[in-house]
Amino acid sequence: MEYTLLIWILPLTSFLILGLSGNWLSHKAAGMIGTGALLVVTLLSYFAAWDYFTMPKAEGLYQTLIPLNALWLNMGSHLHIDMGILLDPVSVMMLVVISTVSLMVHIYSLGYMKGEKGFRRYYAFLSLFTFSMTGLVLSTNIFQMYIFWELVGVSSYLLIGFYYTKPEAVAASKKAFIVTRFADMFFLIGILVLSYYTHTFDFGTLMAGNDTVFQQALSVNFLGASALVWAMALIFIGGAGKSALFPLHIWLPDAMEGPTPVSALIHAATMVVAGVYLVARLFPIYVAFTPEVLEGIAWVGAFTSMFAAVIAIMQTDIKRVLAFSTISQIGFMMVALGVSKLEGHEGLGYMASLFHLFTHAMFKALLFLGAGSIIHAIHSNEMEKMGGLRTYMPVTHLTFLVACLSIAGIPPFSGFFSKDEILAATYAYHTGLGIWMTVVGGFTAFYIFRLYFSIFWGKQTQYAHTPHESPRFMTFPLIFLSIPTLLGGFIPFGHFVTANRAVYTIHPDWPVMFISVLVSLTAILLARRIYQHPGKKPAKASSELKGFQKAAYHRFYVDEVYLLITRKIIFNGIARSFAWFDRHVVDGSINGLASVTDWVSVKIRSFQSGEIQWYAYLFLFGTLLITALILFF
Amino acid sequence: MGDFFVNNAGAPIPVVAYQLVSLILFFAGIYGFLTRRNIMMMLISVELILNAADINFAVFNRYLYPGQMDGMFFALFTIGIAACETAVAIAIIINVYRNFGNADVDNIKKMKG
Repeated sequence: MEYTLLIWILPLTSFLILGLSGNWLSHKAAGMIGTGALLVVTLLSYFAAWDYFTMPKAEGLYQTLIPLNALWLNMGSHLHIDMGILLDPVSVMMLVVISTVSLMVHIYSLGYMKGEKGFRRYYAFLSLFTFSMTGLVLSTNIFQMYIFWELVGVSSYLLIGFYYTKPEAVAASKKAFIVTRFADMFFLIGILVLSYYTHTFDFGTLMAGNDTVFQQALSVNFLGASALVWAMALIFIGGAGKSALFPLHIWLPDAMEGPTPVSALIHAATMVVAGVYLVARLFPIYVAFTPEVLEGIAWVGAFTSMFAAVIAIMQTDIKRVLAFSTISQIGFMMVALGVSKLEGHEGLGYMASLFHLFTHAMFKALLFLGAGSIIHAIHSNEMEKMGGLRTYMPVTHLTFLVACLSIAGIPPFSGFFSKDEILAATYAYHTGLGIWMTVVGGFTAFYIFRLYFSIFWGKQTQYAHTPHESPRFMTFPLIFLSIPTLLGGFIPFGHFVTANRAVYTIHPDWPVMFISVLVSLTAILLARRIYQHPGKKPAKASSELKGFQKAAYHRFYVDEVYLLITRKIIFNGIARSFAWFDRHVVDGSINGLASVTDWVSVKIRSFQSGEIQWYAYLFLFGTLLITALILFF
Repeated sequence: MGDFFVNNAGAPIPVVAYQLVSLILFFAGIYGFLTRRNIMMMLISVELILNAADINFAVFNRYLYPGQMDGMFFALFTIGIAACETAVAIAIIINVYRNFGNADVDNIKKMKG
């Protein structure tokens, strides 16, 4: 399956062509090159998926294929960094997700970004992102993954700051980069600790199920935990930063300053689930050697999903609602991974998590592209300025509704299936956690239908220009993505991606399904009551929860806490004293040396007068002096 | 080898007498070099210093190693080299004069670094 190299290289080629051609290419040609390359990539990914999953299995298990692996950096006798392609069920599934969403975003952007300044730059960055993301999922070793991990971070930064003349966009891109980079520092430390004790970066060696590799890492103890636990926890922090888990979620809502299709691609469907992918990739290590870290992952995920869902209810910017929704849904995926084990029915969580990753990528991309279509029509992100849009934008309305039903978990939409697998897995793990996640599911249904009713129903709003349906380039991706959103749930996902790679047949858990659908329906009806014909109802509802509402609107002041820590404590307290030391002691000693030299040179400058006879005097007296010294001492 | 020069009393002239002459010549040269502003005069002063050294060569050779001629030849060499040096120096002085309009050493400060 060497042709998978093309999946990886084509976006890079397109990036180089678009990036280097500058103004030589017309907008149309640039868009066509980017989209054309992605079309080929998508078709190749589908073919690769078909090829991989129909390949004969060994003992009923999917094999790991490494069609390509080249030595890249050799560091001593054991440690080397390779560049290669690894195909296994997870990476092939990710390829399908990435290429599908990326292609849809490319097509959509032909309409959305039309006539925009920097159109070619936009497509170049999109290609760069696709290249980095495919490189990330195809990595054969953790260091290659880290390199591409940083590359997706860079492309995300570039795309968030696409409107670089807008101060908010610049601030948001910086924030996203710094926060994720901060988390990546822990990731890197984790990698170094892991490789220091195991002497390898290679996923194949790490996943071989061979205890001897980890013997040394398990035996070293540091602050009450083994080195392996530390390494895996640090690696998870890296994943938490990229996947915007509490408390590193603060960059994602601000990242919405980027163009909306970018939010759909990077900040909803692909890059932010890299953390989930990372934990899934290293899952055998987590489950076999560090179950305590896995448990921590479950709790972090559970808290994040509730936290973000509550905030999402109170936001008024439609993209921010979707951003918090994304954070919440990633929490779901993390919970599912955290509660999972390796074998059989206990491995349900793993399957459910990646299933949810798949369906979420489709319906959340659809939601974002729908939001983009709305923003394109009325030039505002604010919910207050919308209302009654269903008559103006029928295609957007219907596809948006499909996505809303899917995320709310209404059968037979795809989100229902994946979310209920997650709930079933959490109930099996811990009933309290199951109930907690069911409540989050209810909140999800409520905030998404609050959004839906406020945009498409609600009050009749007077628009300056009558909104109209978006061009065909934009409606096509919406329609295309609603297909997997509608039917994705019927994919027998357990036949493809499971924790132990054996085929797992899903058994529906009827009570869990019944409860969660009931909760979701109740939440939807509640949202409908309040927001379909709003009047004074929303104000009344929020006034009953005044303090709490305000706190949630301000995202529970997490950003302010960060500002307090960075500005007041780090900048003012620590950095200022360091700056004083630097200015007065470090710089001071060097400046002192310079001024002493200066003073001395001013003093002795008169010796160099250029008057030959003065030199001769000095020479004469010097000679006499030396002679006298020799004679008398 | 011939005899030493004698004084009125018929005794050989002592070395110190030659030394005194050479010392006077030397310091006259030093004095001239330090005080004269004209480069030509400074050059002449340098010649005086050289001549003082030549006298020393000749005298010490005569008194200390009467059988040998090394000191004498050194003196001859010095005279030859002094002639060359003077030729070069005068060439320089002429150029200086052309550039500055006089040969005053105080004017030639521009050559400092």
